[in-house]
Amino acid sequence: MAQFRLPKNSKIAKGKVYDHAGNSKNKKTFKVYRWDPDSGENPRTDSYVIDLDKCGPMILDAIVYIKNEIDPSLTFRRSCREGICGSCAMNIDGTNTLACTKSIKSIKKDVKIYPLPHMQVRKDLVPDLNNFYEQYSSVQPWLQSNTPPPKNKERLQSKEDREKIDGLYECILCACCSTSCPSYWWNSDKYLGPATLLQSYRWLVDSRDDATNERLDSLEGSFKLFRCHTIMNCAKTCPKGLNPAKAIAEIKKMMVARETA
Amino acid sequence: MPAEYQLVEHEYDVIVVGAGGAGLRATFGMAAQGLSTACITKVFPTRSHTVAAQGGMSAALGNMGEDDWRWHMYDTIKGSDWLGDQDAIEYMCKEAIPAVIELEHYGVPFSRTDAGEIYQRPFGGMTTNYGEGTAQRTCAAADRTGHAILHTLYQQSLKHDAKFLIEYFAIDLVMDKDGACKGVIAWNLEDGSMHIFRAHSVILATGGYGRSYFSCTSAHTCTGDGNGMILRAGLPLQDMEFTQFHPTGIYGAGCLITEGVRGEGGYLTNSNNERFMERYAPNAKDLASRDVVSRSMTMEITEGRGVGSEGDHIFLHLEHLGPEVINERLPGIAESAEIFAGVDVTKEPIPVLPTVHYNMGGIPTNLNGEVVTLKDGNPDAVVPGIMSIGEAACVSVHGANRLGSNSLLDLVVFGRAAAIHCGKEITPGKPHSTLDNDATDRVLSRFDALRYADGSESSAAIRLEMQKTMQKHAAVFRTGELMSEGIDKLEDIWESFKHVKVSDRSMIWNTDLVETLELENLLGSAMVSIKAAANREESRGAHAREDFPDRDDDKWMKHTLTWLDKAGKVNFDYRPVHMYTMTDECEVVPPKKRVY
Repeated sequence: MAQFRLPKNSKIAKGKVYDHAGNSKNKKTFKVYRWDPDSGENPRTDSYVIDLDKCGPMILDAIVYIKNEIDPSLTFRRSCREGICGSCAMNIDGTNTLACTKSIKSIKKDVKIYPLPHMQVRKDLVPDLNNFYEQYSSVQPWLQSNTPPPKNKERLQSKEDREKIDGLYECILCACCSTSCPSYWWNSDKYLGPATLLQSYRWLVDSRDDATNERLDSLEGSFKLFRCHTIMNCAKTCPKGLNPAKAIAEIKKMMVARETA
Repeated sequence: MPAEYQLVEHEYDVIVVGAGGAGLRATFGMAAQGLSTACITKVFPTRSHTVAAQGGMSAALGNMGEDDWRWHMYDTIKGSDWLGDQDAIEYMCKEAIPAVIELEHYGVPFSRTDAGEIYQRPFGGMTTNYGEGTAQRTCAAADRTGHAILHTLYQQSLKHDAKFLIEYFAIDLVMDKDGACKGVIAWNLEDGSMHIFRAHSVILATGGYGRSYFSCTSAHTCTGDGNGMILRAGLPLQDMEFTQFHPTGIYGAGCLITEGVRGEGGYLTNSNNERFMERYAPNAKDLASRDVVSRSMTMEITEGRGVGSEGDHIFLHLEHLGPEVINERLPGIAESAEIFAGVDVTKEPIPVLPTVHYNMGGIPTNLNGEVVTLKDGNPDAVVPGIMSIGEAACVSVHGANRLGSNSLLDLVVFGRAAAIHCGKEITPGKPHSTLDNDATDRVLSRFDALRYADGSESSAAIRLEMQKTMQKHAAVFRTGELMSEGIDKLEDIWESFKHVKVSDRSMIWNTDLVETLELENLLGSAMVSIKAAANREESRGAHAREDFPDRDDDKWMKHTLTWLDKAGKVNFDYRPVHMYTMTDECEVVPPKKRVY
């Protein structure tokens, strides 16, 4: 059987250890992926031992503490700190999630923090999301209607029709789902991935949108939609509790329905 | 110019800095009119803090009962404690109706009534018939209205194929010798390159500076970057003493719990289990305006009726609303309360505390969004080449206190107004004037000095000192003495910034340096804010002084202008409040005692 190895410059070295907890009885070790594009060195994991009594309850609090108190060069995205902006998505304790809503105490052992998997890394915990964003744009995620809207009045939508968008519009584009999906890992150039397909379905079921056929046409072929093999990592990892796999299954059903119609 | 930096040159008709609600509405409004436009933003657009707005956007649609934009205008003027400009308020409240309809047409997933119209909920200070009844005026998409609107605006920007420069940090405006703005210099974090964007108009839509305080609902990125740029350009900020404390930030975490909770029937209690707002605001009760509720809560706590083991917070109840209402209309805050307070809102109250939330003050502008200053006795002198919109700006529609759900409205209405104005004023493709090197050297030298700053204190340490100082010395209740101590401390902190240390010297994704640049913006905003607060010897809206408990219209019905010099010294002047309307469709609301 063929042997696969990581390229030499991708091997993760053991990094520095910073013990900053003193004699605290409430310490915790955070093992954090580091990579500096300027250094020419391999990535490494640095270990930070911190006193949890000096730090807030969430993983984001811990990495902000590390940046403020121990190592200002630690690099990550963050903004709202309340789970709505989607900036601080990373791989924590083996799962993609938001650092700001993941509590430290939910993790028993040392906390391992890596960037979202299978993405190009720009620096430390910052992945390159350009392809992810381009895929999002590619499904034309805006309302497309054949009829002009009523003048000076909203389009009407029944409560029941509005309810169909629940569980879809709430996506925060954090990319946790897409980067947890093995199909996306192998084919992210051609497979749109769960986040983008969830968005596509959000417009497919919006009673105000008339572009159903065009939207489905654009998902034809064996890659864009049909690379989903119902692995369900997306639904399991979504920090907002959404279910992209179900949305994908619904799109597949719509595809079949229009072929047999 | 430090030789190390090669400036990549770009020419556009318009540059928008910031991609929140206001920046996005302006950006695609420009693009739709054929102006070459780029939007520079330090975060991907849907990560801007507009995304965190919860309760809704006000507009007198009348979907849930009779309503009139004039009532909305009256409420906004009263909410502003008569510091808002009445012509601007008229414009905003009238334009609210087409603005929200337009958003629905763009695809915003608003919640719906049984008739299929946009669902509207009650909000603080929003009344019918000039203060008589409770209005249901706030258009909502459950309790995720900001998210719904921001994502839709970004989608419209994609539809119009607007140009975005994402994760570019704007460093400073490029000003010429005559005080006109010629463009902006920004740093691309992804590859470390430096760029100069020439534009006939640079529109600052950079949001507020909530992070100058220790506890705020604002995102980490709310650092007043536009305010900092304006101050460094030698221009004034307006009404910076007015900082809104939202009554219901989660105790400890500071995360926002929407006023929509009280709009849907939630209420506050003290340690006696008393609904104390009935005493402070007999009519509006828990739906009095935010400054009133925050002060009442603070009074309860200082008088020993706070809840919890330290008696230092208040309870917000919604358990009586039942799981159905909560699931349909308040699902997001149920989630937040569980994550950040460990509370099941169907069973227990949420521990809350007044928390810094919004800056009424900012960059002074006229109705078109053009930046204005006081020059040769003219209080409305337009500064060529710069505009500002959204929380960064001070039009002023919020005066001394903003009403809840008027913020999303402000973003969309004035983002659109700015686009309309540029469409009229700028000929697409108009050539740019030449620029001398001095204008760019100043900007790059400052950047370079901070990049290699090798002092003794980290920016995190200086930032923390500033935040604690503002939290203690420019809080809900203020006194001259307390603020004067605060000013002394802040001046020391200002000095300490000269000894800042930046550890990371790289150009790619150097967030140590980004935070240091942000800190300088915050420090400038904080300095003018606390000094303007000490300067205003009256109580008005969110600015409540124990030593001057009354509003003083004779002396203080005017906008404060503050200029900041390099030594941290603040110069004051004033602009008159517009006590006139834009049209004769409504009447001026004369000042009277403000009771709820």
